[in-house]
Amino acid sequence: MPIKHSGLDRFIIVLNAIFLTLAVLIIVLPLIYVVIASFMDPSVLLSKGLSFNLSDWSLEGYIKILSNPAMIRGFGNSVLYSVSFAMITVLVSICAGYALSDDRLKGKGFFMTLFIITMFFGGGLIPTYLLVKNLGLLDTVWAVIIPGAVNVWNIILSRTFFKGVPNEMKEAANVDGASEMRIFFSVVLPLSKPIVFVLALYAFVGQWNSYFDAMIYLDNPNLHPLQLVLRSILIQNQVDPGMISDQLAMAEMKRLSEIIKYAAIVVSSLPLIVMYPFFQKYFEKGVMVGSLK
Amino acid sequence: MQNLIEAEHRTMVSKHKSSLLDYLKKYYFLYILLAPAVILTLIFKYGPMYGAIIAFKDFSPIKGIMGSEWVGLYNFEKFLSSPNFEVIFMNTLKLSFFGLILSFPIPILLALMLNQIRRAGVKKNIQLFLYAPNFISVVVVVGMLFIFLSPTGPINQFFTWLTGEPIMFMSRPEYFRSIYILSDIWTGAGWASIIYVAALANVDPELHNAANLDGANLLQRIRHIDLPTIRPIMAIVFILAAGGIMSIGFEKAYLMQTAMNLPTSEIIPTYVYKIGLQSGDYAYSAAVGLFNSIINIVLLVTVNFTVKKLNEGEGLY
Repeated sequence: MPIKHSGLDRFIIVLNAIFLTLAVLIIVLPLIYVVIASFMDPSVLLSKGLSFNLSDWSLEGYIKILSNPAMIRGFGNSVLYSVSFAMITVLVSICAGYALSDDRLKGKGFFMTLFIITMFFGGGLIPTYLLVKNLGLLDTVWAVIIPGAVNVWNIILSRTFFKGVPNEMKEAANVDGASEMRIFFSVVLPLSKPIVFVLALYAFVGQWNSYFDAMIYLDNPNLHPLQLVLRSILIQNQVDPGMISDQLAMAEMKRLSEIIKYAAIVVSSLPLIVMYPFFQKYFEKGVMVGSLK
Repeated sequence: MQNLIEAEHRTMVSKHKSSLLDYLKKYYFLYILLAPAVILTLIFKYGPMYGAIIAFKDFSPIKGIMGSEWVGLYNFEKFLSSPNFEVIFMNTLKLSFFGLILSFPIPILLALMLNQIRRAGVKKNIQLFLYAPNFISVVVVVGMLFIFLSPTGPINQFFTWLTGEPIMFMSRPEYFRSIYILSDIWTGAGWASIIYVAALANVDPELHNAANLDGANLLQRIRHIDLPTIRPIMAIVFILAAGGIMSIGFEKAYLMQTAMNLPTSEIIPTYVYKIGLQSGDYAYSAAVGLFNSIINIVLLVTVNFTVKKLNEGEGLY
């Protein structure tokens, strides 16, 4: 039976549509602005702003940004860090989550407490930094990958997931005489693709978008991930001199710096923005499983 | 008699031992699976907790954590009595407090509004846009702020046209909090609405039909059906946010800082970073960080207690 709407209801429904449209516009307009600006001719952008005349467009910004060695290196580093971080995090969380989901594990309460305390209390920035330094991890890839690899949320998420795996499957394998190891590798792991996927996506995105650990642990510019390179271009206004032909540097820099920023934003956000619509439901799933506790 | 008891005792011990051995033989693999997480947690989470005792020491890296001399609460007193303390503490508190108050209702409103959209395809497309900014990195968001709000940027082109001169958004302290919070809402509000949207989708449509038959209008149905459905989630989200009020992130504030806006943009995490890692005053900086975590825990417990009282026993734990 359809709901009958009064005049007031209809007014509110129209208002609702207007507000939601506004919300979408507020989110989309800045992004569209950046994308269009990145394709503009730098001189036109400086003098007139955006123009929809195709003759005012150019690829100069992209040519500059893609010929910047720091940017390319950063991109490569970020892929490496994000992929390996995702793999390690997922492996550690899945294993721990599975063990903790098994009622036959003795000392489960103790281990859970051990993990959960770290959600509420930590040693802080300086002691963590000193530890990483004393372990000799400064200026190595490990500094950005290992310290954050254990994440209590991920362990709880995978534990929740494995609790949902029917016990009969394990018991059946047990009756067949399979060892615990066999059961884990041949029965449980094949079932856990969804949780692996969700955790890996979150880990990848988190690492791709972070700059803080890299900033404090990595001095060597060759190791810098994309976000640190972006920071120097976007926020510290340092355009790599290599990007600009040496003579006329100042004037040229002024002319190009805006367009390089826009192009840098587009290039760096592209991987996530492209994959996001396909994976949206998995991201949402992550939020939902997390809130189940 | 004595022998008998001893013999029994011996068999009991050996039985106990062998059962533990049997257990481990059978289930050792579970502990192997658990080991990496436990080891990494002990090193990288509990290691720094132990390291935090440098806050109570006159720490020198050469003497090490154990070798350095105890100074009691000296570092804490130094922070509490420093002329910076009040400004930095209040900056942190205000930024988080206003952030919480302003950011909390928006996702709820968005979810209630989305819930009115009956066409599933339309709803999904709107959600796609609303969630997207969550995937844009902090560096890019702040970079966009600098570009858009620069004296010659698009927003100031409007103000220049209107008043004849641009507004120095990023260098005036009075704008820092508004820019920080509004851009936070831009990035996170859509994403934060997900759990409300999901909860609202589970409401039985029959409830709305019945209420409609009884003459309830749309607003009354939202108030008496939708809002009570998401109330427990609101409580949990609020507790988590309020408990984390002093653990506001370093990343965005640090990027947004300019020499000019420091009077409002210097917060405890950025201060800890600067005195610790840039000036090398490890012990003092560790004390400031520890001070912050302790306030955090006290806050979390207090807020949880209060919400429990108000929410008829439904708290976080």
